[in-house]
This record gives sequence, structure tokens and C-alpha cells, in this order.
Amino acid sequence: MTAEPAATPEGELPAVELLAVAKTFHAGRGGQVDALRDINLVIERGEFVSLIGPSGCGKSTLLRLIANLTDPTAGHIAVNGKSARQARLDQDYGMAFQQAGLFEWRTVAKNIELPLELRGWDRARRQARAEEMLKLVKLGDFAGHHPWELSGGMQQRVAIARALAFDPPLLLMDEPFGALDEMTREHMQAELNRICEETGSTAVFVTHSIPEAVFLSDRVVVLSARPGRIVTVVEVGLGARNDDTRESPEFFKKITEVREALRGSA
Amino acid sequence: MTAARRRRRAWLPPLLVGVGLLLAWQVFVEVRHIKPYLLPAPSAIWHQIATNKGDILHAARVTGTNALVGLLAGTVAGAAGGALASRFRFIGELTTPVAVAVNAVPIIVLIPIFNNMFSTTSAIPRRLMVTIIVFFPIFMHTLRGLTEADATKEELMRSYAASEWTVLRKVRIPGALPFFFTGLKIASSLSVITAVVAEYFGGLQDGLGSHIVGAASNSAYGRAWAFVTASCLLGLVFYSLAVTGERIIVPWQHRHEGAR
Repeated sequence: MTAEPAATPEGELPAVELLAVAKTFHAGRGGQVDALRDINLVIERGEFVSLIGPSGCGKSTLLRLIANLTDPTAGHIAVNGKSARQARLDQDYGMAFQQAGLFEWRTVAKNIELPLELRGWDRARRQARAEEMLKLVKLGDFAGHHPWELSGGMQQRVAIARALAFDPPLLLMDEPFGALDEMTREHMQAELNRICEETGSTAVFVTHSIPEAVFLSDRVVVLSARPGRIVTVVEVGLGARNDDTRESPEFFKKITEVREALRGSA
Repeated sequence: MTAARRRRRAWLPPLLVGVGLLLAWQVFVEVRHIKPYLLPAPSAIWHQIATNKGDILHAARVTGTNALVGLLAGTVAGAAGGALASRFRFIGELTTPVAVAVNAVPIIVLIPIFNNMFSTTSAIPRRLMVTIIVFFPIFMHTLRGLTEADATKEELMRSYAASEWTVLRKVRIPGALPFFFTGLKIASSLSVITAVVAEYFGGLQDGLGSHIVGAASNSAYGRAWAFVTASCLLGLVFYSLAVTGERIIVPWQHRHEGAR
């Protein structure tokens, strides 16, 4: 159960390992907030896991802990068998947020190239990869456009392409479709599902939409209201998804299962 | 085609309003027999512009040069100051209240004192005044642009394990540009106003401001208004240049107005 970056081949270690993780804001001061308590979770490689829970339950905090954008108050976090900090420094994950966060002064292709630039890829290799990624998110014709010339859904697709550009073994997403309308959202979910299947990446996905979590995930982690604790983990196992999945009885059964878990948690 | 039509739709109404106002002005002056020392008719002003074309152009070049030199110096100093204040917090905390206070004071009243500090045949006092006036809007806006962080972009850079320097280069500086241009637009108008008004207090008699004062004290009201018109046009030229720069360098600023 140690998470030392030992000689063990990387492939055998889980993608994410959380052990008795807790996060308290303003610890020891007035206005202390217990955000997360006693989180134990193992995410295997290639798995798609959603975090769902009432608002303010700390699901985004949990994602940011994995990303090492904030530090846990207690417990232990390992990403790809390393400390979360080391994993961040090694750029082991790609990240997407609710705001696309594109750089307005860069073209769409240059936005996707940004993480590659920072990793020191040469220009030819960057351009080839950006082109490839744009095809993957079906924006091949928009390489030379600027973000402000794109719709919200298209911007979000660029952000996901950027997160995937350097082939990170892990994809961390914080409500990336939260600001999109329902139709665009379903379309994006199908795209993301396809992309993850094609690339085989591990994904941790924060959402507050039950159908979204069920449609995308292998497992849905249900968190309780603050302090956030894992109430239950719903195994989805719907197999290959398509538009018909959304109307299948199994899909509704799983939605009900998650909803009841959420209701029990509140 | 549609772009041309949209452009025409943007230009046409203000143009019509302007022409309409000029007509109304002309009619008002003629019908009510307004005395020229109160308000000369647009036609009289136009006549003066045509007769004094050479003088006006020369004076505009002199005042324009003073404004431009001051604007450039003040912009460089203001941007550098803003960058320093954002980099070293104590400098920012020390200078921002002072800057705000100085900005609220009519610094322009210092011109006679500057005139005494330098020789009366020098353009330096005017240029120095413009520099000081321009400094503050540029300083404040640059500082604000550099400190107002876009949380998503900053976290993204952190997730890439990017260095402080990289974040500055790739996020902060380009992100501060829209703020900088807001400051530059304010500064561009201020530079011309200051350059013209600085001439009201004596010194060299070669700019638009000196000519306005000279003509007015000689009861040549039409001629005074001709130089006033030139000052207005000069101000518009400076502002348009700043707006054009903004359109070219930060084109996204206009696309999602209201998002900020």
C-alpha cells in the first residue's frame, strides 16, 4: 500500500490512489470548513470515473487535490504511483475546467500547442499534433481561427483537445460541459466517450448531472453533503455507448441508483 | 458587403447628427443675429480655417509633436512603473495610493512653475507636463491588468508546472494588454488636451493653444475657433490611433465586450 515511486513497472500501479484523504479550509481558525473527510478511492488505469454530489460537497476540491492544485490536510495521494506533486511536475495529467480558459491571443491550433511548447516539442511536431487533435475533436477546419470566433461548445472541444494533446495518461475534468446547453452537452458527452475509448485514457470527471455521470462513466462516485464523504460507488457497466444508450432501461436503472444514493446522502 | 453595410450603419447616424448640429448652429447664429464674440457661425470658422491653413498646420504639428513626445515618454514610464509595482508588492502598496491621490489633483496648474524652471524658449515644460499627466492612467491600468489574474489560465499553467517567468510571458502580459489599451485611449486624449492647455500659460508662441489665446485677445473670434477646431481634430487623431492600435493588437477585446 505504499506509493513510493518504486521499481514497479508503471503499468501495474493504479492511476489514482486516495488514502484517508481529508481537506479542511482555514484549519484552526474561525470559519473553519471541513470540505472532505476520510476519502478512500482507487482509480484503475483506463477507467472513467465521475465524482457527483450536492453542490459544495467538495467534489471539485477532490479533483484539485489529485491535480496538486491544492494540498490535503491529511491522508495520502498517489498519482501514477508518484506523489501528486511529482505527477504534476512530470505533467502526468491533462486538465479541463468549466471555463474553456483558451488564450484569446492565440489561434485554436496555437492553444492546443501550448502544453507542447512548455514540454519543449519542436515546431513541426507541435503542428502535426495540433492538427491531429483538431481532427479528433472534429474542428479540423478551425485551426487558424481565434477562440472568440468559436461557439461555447467548440471552445470547450478545443480545451479538451488541449488537455489531451500531450497524451497524458490521466485526464482531469471539472464540469467541462457545465456551461453548455443540453443538446451541445449530450453531443460533447458522446465525443468525449469516443475520444476516451480511442485514446484509452483514464479520466476523473466532476459533474452535478446524473445522466452525464452515468452516460460517461465506468463508475460513479457519490459524495455526501459537506463534509464530503464517499457515500457509495455505483458500478455502471453499460458497455459501448451510443445515442440509444440514453433510452435504454439499464441507463435509467443506473440513473435511479445514483439518484437514490444522492438522496440518501443529503 | 454585409461588413461594409454594417460599417456604414455605424458611421452614418453620428455623421448625420454632426451635420445636423452644424446646420442648426449656422441657422441659429444667422436668425438670432448672435454676435461673433459670443459664437461665430460655422461658415465664418470655416472661412478662417481656409485662410489660416498654413498657420494651423504648422501649429498643429508643433502641438502634436509635444503631445506625442509626452505621450510616448509617459506611456513608457507608466508601463514600466506598473510592471514594477505588480512585481514587487511593496512598491505597489507604496505607490498606488499616491498615484490615486496625484491623479485626483489638477496637476496641470504646475505648468507656470515648470515654465520658470526651464527657459521660456523651451518645449520641455509642456512635454514634461504631458508626460506626467499620461503616466497615471497608463500606470494604473497596466498595474491592474498585470495583477488581475485569470484563475482558469493560471491553474492551467500550474498544472503544466510552468515557471513564474513563463506564466508572466504567456498569461499575464498578453492578458494585461486590453487594460493597457484602455489606459492608452484615455492617455491619448489627455496628451492633446494637456499640450494645448500648457500653451495658455505663456512660453513659446508656436502651438495651437498659443494661437487660440492670441486670436481671442485680439478679438479675432473666428480665428480662435479655427484653432479650437484644429485642436479637436488633433485630439480625435490621437484617440483614433490608440483605438486602431487596440483593434489590431487586442482584437478579442471588442468581440466579447460585457464578458469582462
